[in-house]
Amino acid sequence: MADVTFTVDGKKLTAPAGTLLIEACRKAGIEIPAFCYYPGLSLQAACRMCVVRQEKVPKLQTACTTTVAEGQVFTTDSPEIAQARKATIELLLGNHPLDCPVCDAGGECELQDMTFKYGAGESLMVDAKRHREEQQWSPAVFYDRPRCILCYRCTRVCGEGMDVWALGVQNRGVTSVISPDGGDQLDCEQCGMCIDICPVGALTSGSYRYKTRPWEMNHVSTVCTHCADGCKVTLGIRQSTNGAEIIRADNRDKSGINGDFLCAKGRFGFDFVENPERLTAPLVRNHEGKLEPTTWEHAFRVAGAKLKEIRDTRGGAAIGVIGSNRTTNEENYLLQKFARTVLRTSNIDHERTTDYVSFARAMAGHPGKSASLRDISAAPAILLIGGDPTAEHPLLAWTIRTNVRLNRARLYVANETQIKLERQAKAALRLPAGGYASLTKFLSRTDSKINDPAFRDALLAEENLVVIFGAEFRGSGVDELVNWGLSRPNVRFAYLGDYSNSRGAADMGLLPDRLPGYVPVSTHDAFADEYPGMPHTIGLNQPQMLSSAAGGSLQALLIIGANPLEIDTFDPASLKGKFVVVTDMFLTQTAAVADVVFPAASLYEKTGTVTNTYGDIQLVRKAADTPGIKPDFEILVKLAASMDTNVKSLVPFGKTGVKVDLGQSRGAQMGEADRHAIWLTAQGLEPRVSPFDPLAILDEIERLVPSYKLDRVNLFGGNDIHTEPGFVPVSALTSSGPDVVRPSHNGLFTSGTLGRYSKGIADLQRHQAEVKQEAVAG
Amino acid sequence: MTAETMSIFSPKVAARFDALVEKYPVRRSALVPMLLYAQDEIGYLSDAVIAEVAQRIGITELDVRNVATYYSMLRFKPAGKYNVQVCTNISCMLRGAYDVFEKFQEELGIGHKGVTSDGVFSLEEVECIGACCWAPAIQVNYDFHDDLTPESVSGILAQYRQKSEGQNNA
Repeated sequence: MADVTFTVDGKKLTAPAGTLLIEACRKAGIEIPAFCYYPGLSLQAACRMCVVRQEKVPKLQTACTTTVAEGQVFTTDSPEIAQARKATIELLLGNHPLDCPVCDAGGECELQDMTFKYGAGESLMVDAKRHREEQQWSPAVFYDRPRCILCYRCTRVCGEGMDVWALGVQNRGVTSVISPDGGDQLDCEQCGMCIDICPVGALTSGSYRYKTRPWEMNHVSTVCTHCADGCKVTLGIRQSTNGAEIIRADNRDKSGINGDFLCAKGRFGFDFVENPERLTAPLVRNHEGKLEPTTWEHAFRVAGAKLKEIRDTRGGAAIGVIGSNRTTNEENYLLQKFARTVLRTSNIDHERTTDYVSFARAMAGHPGKSASLRDISAAPAILLIGGDPTAEHPLLAWTIRTNVRLNRARLYVANETQIKLERQAKAALRLPAGGYASLTKFLSRTDSKINDPAFRDALLAEENLVVIFGAEFRGSGVDELVNWGLSRPNVRFAYLGDYSNSRGAADMGLLPDRLPGYVPVSTHDAFADEYPGMPHTIGLNQPQMLSSAAGGSLQALLIIGANPLEIDTFDPASLKGKFVVVTDMFLTQTAAVADVVFPAASLYEKTGTVTNTYGDIQLVRKAADTPGIKPDFEILVKLAASMDTNVKSLVPFGKTGVKVDLGQSRGAQMGEADRHAIWLTAQGLEPRVSPFDPLAILDEIERLVPSYKLDRVNLFGGNDIHTEPGFVPVSALTSSGPDVVRPSHNGLFTSGTLGRYSKGIADLQRHQAEVKQEAVAG
Repeated sequence: MTAETMSIFSPKVAARFDALVEKYPVRRSALVPMLLYAQDEIGYLSDAVIAEVAQRIGITELDVRNVATYYSMLRFKPAGKYNVQVCTNISCMLRGAYDVFEKFQEELGIGHKGVTSDGVFSLEEVECIGACCWAPAIQVNYDFHDDLTPESVSGILAQYRQKSEGQNNA
């Protein structure tokens, strides 16, 4: 809409006509307090805190519902307004207990702040305050009615934001209460959004309540380790007797791709870090055949000597390497470089939950066609094929819902089963079982099996479309769908995988036939200067490695943060006599059969970058620490050193390392490294980069993977940076075979092997099962 | 609602509900009238009533409760066979409604929102019932009694007690 000019406190402001006054003021740096107003949610005008004086209007107006128009004149700060706000707070405090010293919200409470600002600390009320006992609605959500100020933020975010509608308001006036849908229990997605959005301490979190105060924690913003959406999460950290402990996870830093959002796993699923089953010392199998705690030095010596012996006597092809879906890009890159140049094997793979290789191949040579999560949040039209984002990609579901609600985006859903997001859909197409294969043909008007011309006509009328699909499409299926989209203008794609860095694992070349950036391993000159002596044969994939280890020629397995034995129908006893090295946080089924186990750090205990399934790269920051563990990066470097490898050839570091980049290419930091170098030389010092600093290898990734052109300033500032899946135009391609891809279908309360070690997630899962059972029993 | 679906309501009320939900541009507009009719028939808003009303309109039970709990005329526990509603708003109050209310409490041995042990009477203090010209007034179910004094209380109660016994004996 056209811009209008209006006056606030004597200042001329300009905003599009129809903008809410409160938003226009906030953008101009004029603070208007509000409890019930929340950006993006429907208007409530219940709290009366945002009252302002509008010229020629007899009564004070609520800024949250006043839209700006040409020539209006407002006053937002005057004795009259301060008095009105003070009176409002006084009424709210009529029943609100003054238990701030023990309240979870104390220190970050909006009511507390406003009381300090407007000075309504003294009350004229003489009646006793109404008291109600605190209620526990689920393992995650507690409700303390006396503290509630009835702003309705929770009911709105639950209904409009999450489309769950599990919270309501019952009774009226002073007896009103927020009530959950299951009587005295919450039957919902347990996202905890209501807790986060509560301006006071009425809704508190089961995992955080009464543990600490907000100012006693350090707040580290990093990336969630669970699904592939890559929510930015702020971890509240407190010093503990054995390092640093994570107390809570929330979205205090609302700058990320997830904005306000976190799901149950992100918010409550961090406690695996503190699990007592956590490995804290390396284990080596002794001559009795039992795993025995030992020193790091001994474990490295055993693992390094044996791997070296096998490589030198049987060749690198006798060693297999399985990587992780949750380790950082730097670790994944280092792992494949270690496998190819130190172990000299092409047998490297990871648990593939989707077929990123085919996606990268289909998208190759078509820059600007991949959709970031931010693109999805603003897309005018979205085609969602298959999957159930509500359970498997909670942030994607939130983003789509928000886009539909706020921007009236048109959502088209094509699915074999009914999914919750159909409630937001403009049109839904029910596919017959196995119908994804014929969907592309239907869209290109060459198939008659699917008969819904209205759906197709509406979709084809869209001029700007984002197509979101997942592992239902593999191999040539991906090509066909992408080619259909590329034949039309303004179609972009997002391809869904399952874990926090599944995309990064594929991008970094944890694949038997692909180098970083999806460069085919068989290309003879590829990486020749970088990886001297690298094998150019195509290696074994994960199922092949396991069966070869069980019967064939594979003599050793190096498994980093993966649990392939859980997923495979595989007899662990068949690995007898093979040398297995595992790094993991827990003694998983795979670690239990290993000869050497290294205790590894979780994603919350290391630094690096991860790439979400949309190709958005974000910085992971070390938040917690557990004694006795090491990040996989450091383990790999030390393992390489224990095999008598020159570590400098693996990780660029030190002044004489030819490949080291000390910052010359870092944009805004340009010249800084030179200045540092001059100063260091003058002091008789040498610039050094630690070989254990994962960011030392980021420069090398940037140089070798064309799509990882990273804007360092933004990356280190905590912003997401979009990458294209890869521009390697390749015609001849080896198909990885559809059997290699196994989607995990993790839901709201499961997260692979890792999820089993989170009590928070397990409790929520049990609670939801019980509530459902009660509902069935009536 | 299909014919074969079990309803807790009589066929007449069920048919009325079928028509009600179609009557408004938005189905949930039928909610409050449905709750009133349901309460008249069942006596109060039981869990079963809430479940069926929610299902008929196509909203959640939580939605029904959010609305129902707002209105003081809707109740969630059974009332007596004769629900005595004593108005104590200004006109009635000035004309001695509190004396009348006290007398009812004495005679029945129950307080506000109470139900007698035999289930015949319940007592409520209510807001204006629109009979200010003849204050103080009470309403027993849908019948009015006006221009009362504490002395008239026993007579009214006797009349209903008799009616109740008559029905039981019949």
